[in-house]
Amino acid sequence: MKHNFFGGVHPRDKKSLSRDVAIAPLSEPPVQVIIPMAMHVGEPCTPLVSPGDTVCVGQKIGSTEHLGVSVHASVSGTVTAVELRPHPDGEPVVSVVIGNDFLDTPVAEPESRNVQQLSQQELLDIVREAGIVELDGAGIPIHVKLTGAAGKVDTVIVSGAECDPYLTANYRLMTEQGSKILGGAQLICRMLDVPKATIGVEAGHMDVVQSLRRLAQESGGAEVRPLRVRYPQGGEKQLVQTLTGRQVPPYKLPEDVGCAVFSVGTAAAVYDAVYEGKPLTHRVVTVTGEAIQKPANFWVPIGTPMEHLLREAGGCSGEPECVLTGGAMTGLPQQDLSAPVTKQVNSLVVLPADVCARTVQEPVCIRCGRCVEVCPMHLLPLYIHLYASHGRFRETERFHVADCMECGSCTYNCPGGVPLVQSVRATKHRLRFAARQER
Amino acid sequence: MNQEITSTANKSEQPVLPARHFPHISAPMKTRHIMLDVVISLIPSVAVAVYFYGLRALTVTLMSVLLCVVFEFLYRFWLKKPSSIGDLSAVVTGLLLALCLPAAAPYWMVAVGDFFAIIVVKQLFGGLGKNFMNPALAARAFLYSFPALTAVGSASGGWFWKGIWSSVGTASSETPMALMQSGKLPSQSLSQMLFGQHGGSMGETCAAALLLGGLYLIFRGIINLRIPSCYIATVAVLTFLFPLGGNDRLLWMTYELLGGSLLLGAFFMATDYVTSPVTRGGQVLYAIGCGGLTVLLRYFGAYPEGVYFAIILMNTAVWLLDQIRPRRFGAPRFDAWKKRLSVFRKEKGG
Repeated sequence: MKHNFFGGVHPRDKKSLSRDVAIAPLSEPPVQVIIPMAMHVGEPCTPLVSPGDTVCVGQKIGSTEHLGVSVHASVSGTVTAVELRPHPDGEPVVSVVIGNDFLDTPVAEPESRNVQQLSQQELLDIVREAGIVELDGAGIPIHVKLTGAAGKVDTVIVSGAECDPYLTANYRLMTEQGSKILGGAQLICRMLDVPKATIGVEAGHMDVVQSLRRLAQESGGAEVRPLRVRYPQGGEKQLVQTLTGRQVPPYKLPEDVGCAVFSVGTAAAVYDAVYEGKPLTHRVVTVTGEAIQKPANFWVPIGTPMEHLLREAGGCSGEPECVLTGGAMTGLPQQDLSAPVTKQVNSLVVLPADVCARTVQEPVCIRCGRCVEVCPMHLLPLYIHLYASHGRFRETERFHVADCMECGSCTYNCPGGVPLVQSVRATKHRLRFAARQER
Repeated sequence: MNQEITSTANKSEQPVLPARHFPHISAPMKTRHIMLDVVISLIPSVAVAVYFYGLRALTVTLMSVLLCVVFEFLYRFWLKKPSSIGDLSAVVTGLLLALCLPAAAPYWMVAVGDFFAIIVVKQLFGGLGKNFMNPALAARAFLYSFPALTAVGSASGGWFWKGIWSSVGTASSETPMALMQSGKLPSQSLSQMLFGQHGGSMGETCAAALLLGGLYLIFRGIINLRIPSCYIATVAVLTFLFPLGGNDRLLWMTYELLGGSLLLGAFFMATDYVTSPVTRGGQVLYAIGCGGLTVLLRYFGAYPEGVYFAIILMNTAVWLLDQIRPRRFGAPRFDAWKKRLSVFRKEKGG
């Protein structure tokens, strides 16, 4: 059975820049790490340490009683400050700053547990304590996702799709730590009472598909499926559609059609937490782009300042136009490079001016319909833009503006340089604002 | 206008976000490249017209293109708007209008047509992307109101410079379309219809050149087959079912398809982005409407050729046709229609 999602675009993926560079630890660990208390959807954590305290790797330094997960120290050393620090998402966030003692003292020897005998609830508790969030995407705490999906789900999808150009973090992870990913996928399946996980890997990475298939044959419990190379294949709804043929209804989640989607990084983190007792303190970050001297994939302690990572990759060549966290399609431009790597930062992409899309002074819609042809959510972006640019925000609801997943395919493909996805975001913001005022 | 929205939205959200917005890369195909491709695809037809009608065909075409660009430039210049001649859309309009005219059309008429196309139809409505009719076609329809043009018929100026200045109204043989309207098959053979024959406008000369250009556009991804194929198929079916004058169905259909401006209209005019629907369903209905109206106007209209009027009539229905939207992602099939019906029922009941 073969399914597909409608539309999508195919930008040049530029993955060859960092594709063949193995994941390496930082040659020079950061002098200090800045660990924000908000790296997940929900309430920020309350810091559990104060300046002067000594901390070890994996020690819990922040926790919350509400929606959210704990935060752990990623290096050992002394807490130098607990204060507002810049955050890649924009606004400054209360962060714990740790001066590194370069010893990496672990918090305690992990107790050996018999994983096979753990109950579902015990597994869930381990995952929550380990501070695991969805590593690609908005950062939903994984235990929230698991509890929400429990009992509703018949398919567990582990996504190796990295549709955004430049990113190779997941590709490297799948090549080097395939068994961990499979192990984590099996644990997730156990928590959700699903016999088998479906691992989706882009067809451009057939080497990974084959190696994962070999591993899956040995251990059983996972099916590896190649996916069409097309942006936004990594979107949750698109993955569900491609792998199962089901469409997630408007305002619903994948679990409402019996699917739960996790990224490969998350699966590996679950494996680490359960089998090795390690909380989420490190992650893979791709540092790449035409303006980077030595593109690479790093195993980075969370909280490492971005400028340190750029130095590790040989620094920038020429005049970089922008530094993005995330790929070139949906990446967030960074202004303050002293901001740290959080749990969601999967890459730093540094682009020179000639690669970046130019802002068109006088964008003209010629109604070519290229935005309609590529919209994976079956929308008419040009009409949303038309109504929004005349201030008629209410009427855009007729065009289901809320369905837009903001993948940016329309703006990418627009020959007239019309800021379509920007219009959609502005419209959504206006509508939310209006709804709040009505209430 | 839009910049205003974005700026106010940012103000209330977070001022830290830099001006740069995702996606940070863009597809290499820009408006100018699209227009350039259309120009390239029309070159074979112009070349054939020059071969058949002499240098006058070339001068008429060049003058039309030049005047369109000049009118566009002057209008934007006087209104202190940013110049838009760089997007090459004026060149395309000029080319298309020239191809709709006979090679012997008087120069003043070309100028009037260009003025009407660029100033009245295109710029007064706000320039590229805002016009509700194809400028070239609207101008061509406007020129029908000058009896001088119908008197021109088809004329061949010959290969000499003299032809460029030759007077209007050389002996006009009846064009194939005029004959066919009265139910007679034209004297030209089918291969003549395909590879070039005298009579009618420049764009009607050679069906093969038009097909070549159309295939180029499809190959380059500028247009898709949906509109041309539905348009031509509708005309084919209707003419096959209802041949005029008791002619052989198949032969009649082939002449109808190769004659006149059908191919020019189907590949270059009906597919004009600005004046065609953007949704798949809308495009199919639009093309079928174009086909139906073309046959209707060819059979019963006042002029032998119905393509121009058929397309501009359907142009005006584009906004309506765009209401046929794609199914909402994740919604059950025909959900939107059921909702509409349920509202209707409620109104009826209440």
